[in-house]
Amino acid sequence: MNWRIAIKTLFYAILIILALFYLLPVYLLVLTGLKPISEVDLKTMWALPTAGIHFDNFIAGYKQLAPNLKNSLAMVIPEALLSALLGSFNGYLLAKWKFRGSNLIFSLILFGMFIPYQSILIPLVKFMQYIKLYGDLPGLVLVHIIYGIPITTLIFRNYYAGIGTEILEAGRIDGASLIGIYRYIMFPLSAPSFAVVIIWQFTQAWNEFLFAVILTNQSHWPVTVALNNLAGSQLVQWNVLMAATLLAALPTLLVYIFLGRFFLRGLMAGALKG
Amino acid sequence: MLRSFKFSSPKLSLAILLMLIGTISIYFLSNTKLIIAGSNYTSIGILASGLILYAGVLVIMAMFENETILSIAMLTPSIVAVAIFVYGFIAWSVRVSLSQWKGLLPDYTWVGLQQYTYLFHDTRFLIDVRNTAVFTVGFIAGCLILGLGLAILLDQRLKGEALFRGIFLFPMSISFIASGVVWGWLMNPATGNRITGINLIFQSLGLNSLISLWHSSPQPWGMVFTVIPAVWQLSGFTMALYLGGIRSISDDLREAARVDGASEFEIYRYIILPILQPVTLSAVIILGHMSLKIFDLIVALGHKDLRLDVPGIYMWTTTFDGTNYAQGAAIGVLMLVSVAILVVPYLIQNLRTETEI
Repeated sequence: MNWRIAIKTLFYAILIILALFYLLPVYLLVLTGLKPISEVDLKTMWALPTAGIHFDNFIAGYKQLAPNLKNSLAMVIPEALLSALLGSFNGYLLAKWKFRGSNLIFSLILFGMFIPYQSILIPLVKFMQYIKLYGDLPGLVLVHIIYGIPITTLIFRNYYAGIGTEILEAGRIDGASLIGIYRYIMFPLSAPSFAVVIIWQFTQAWNEFLFAVILTNQSHWPVTVALNNLAGSQLVQWNVLMAATLLAALPTLLVYIFLGRFFLRGLMAGALKG
Repeated sequence: MLRSFKFSSPKLSLAILLMLIGTISIYFLSNTKLIIAGSNYTSIGILASGLILYAGVLVIMAMFENETILSIAMLTPSIVAVAIFVYGFIAWSVRVSLSQWKGLLPDYTWVGLQQYTYLFHDTRFLIDVRNTAVFTVGFIAGCLILGLGLAILLDQRLKGEALFRGIFLFPMSISFIASGVVWGWLMNPATGNRITGINLIFQSLGLNSLISLWHSSPQPWGMVFTVIPAVWQLSGFTMALYLGGIRSISDDLREAARVDGASEFEIYRYIILPILQPVTLSAVIILGHMSLKIFDLIVALGHKDLRLDVPGIYMWTTTFDGTNYAQGAAIGVLMLVSVAILVVPYLIQNLRTETEI
């Protein structure tokens, strides 16, 4: 039985080495962020801080990114909530009130999830300029909601499809209408998928770059655009940059750590159902 | 089709009220501006008023008790939005790509496929195509191999499985921009006195032969290294897909194979891997469509370094820095075609199986 233990040890060794590899970037971010300015030297990048833990870099990084973190938050919250609501209506209708061609319509909507946004970027910019939503956050929110329709509809449709039709029939016998069944039966049942969609849309919009960089002007930049700009700037010290990067990644990281269960379900729904 | 009409005066008054509010606010907003906290909400306000007006129409439609029509009517706003923002804009982009629009003023003069023939002879675009191909192959292969390996390792019922799963998955929650910034420092190509990042670790471990120029290496190797952060981000996702697939295989099946004398290796080789084929297909489609339009990661990693150029960046710079709209549109359309070739068959197949059920 010795070889069994040997194999198990080998498995653990592989897993631990890989885990260290996956954690390496986070280790660097935290480590660098906690060093005082005087200790920042590329040659001692991996050394632990010797002169105690300092939060100078995080404060400096926060000063750089504070308005952008605020922009991102102001954009992401209405976006996630409205997206979820819209997706829930669509998903309910497409799962429970199928009509001839509804599957085709669903597939056509779904295609919107895969397109490279470069292929709609020029018309989008012109259109947003025309309706005077270019450069500011309300326009970005609208764009994220509209291009979020496919994924939110998909997640809710799969969720509602899993709810048996018996409950629907029972509702109909009791005289509930299409809207009544949603209001009194389906909506109260959909808390889990609301959580999935809200978290998913939150993460997506927070991390998104292309729309943000094209559709907003500098004072309304979300955090991804500002961070990319910071990274390209020669004026910002790299330790501040590392601290800023951690701050920019923190909201979605926290969501993942505390609500990972729902996050994972969003991922799986995004994977279509094979 | 008309089943019945159930008149109800509260519903009618609600409908009239909604339509009135909608119409009045549209009228007001089209004559004035709606500014909240310095942002222009006029168009959003008109859109919202339009939806309120439409809600009134829906309430009247609901009185007819024809659920099919009501269902279609309620889907209509989303269908219209997708029709305009996805299909309408694609058509518009195609039209721009067939024009000679260069400069800030739109110029829709028809030039046929001229932009496309230019791109197919353009050195930069051909480099982009090669870079995308290198990236796509490396990224998909890396994610599938690492993802499957991790899934099999985690399937061994080891202690701490949940912790490991969490560690492998968390990079997925970080933006490509943040990941590109960190990996840019980890894969710092500086040598000699300025050596840092992973190279510094290699040096202190005495593994000097592993010291690398990373993504600054001569092409196509530089592009191969850009795969590392991408695999770091999405191999955990691939692992989760495979693990879900493996866990859905019943234990009875494995037990039966064990009773028949199959070794653990044979069980994976002849039973589990074949069952996982559909998972591999979905993974290839999801990862593939991501890598064909890879953009932000390369922007953050390479800062528009031409050697690491990809179509997404070319489209961005040529359109918005170079104001060559027609050519930018052509690049966008070509990106769309490449993704469509991958995704459309899958969507059609999905549609077919759904319709059969």
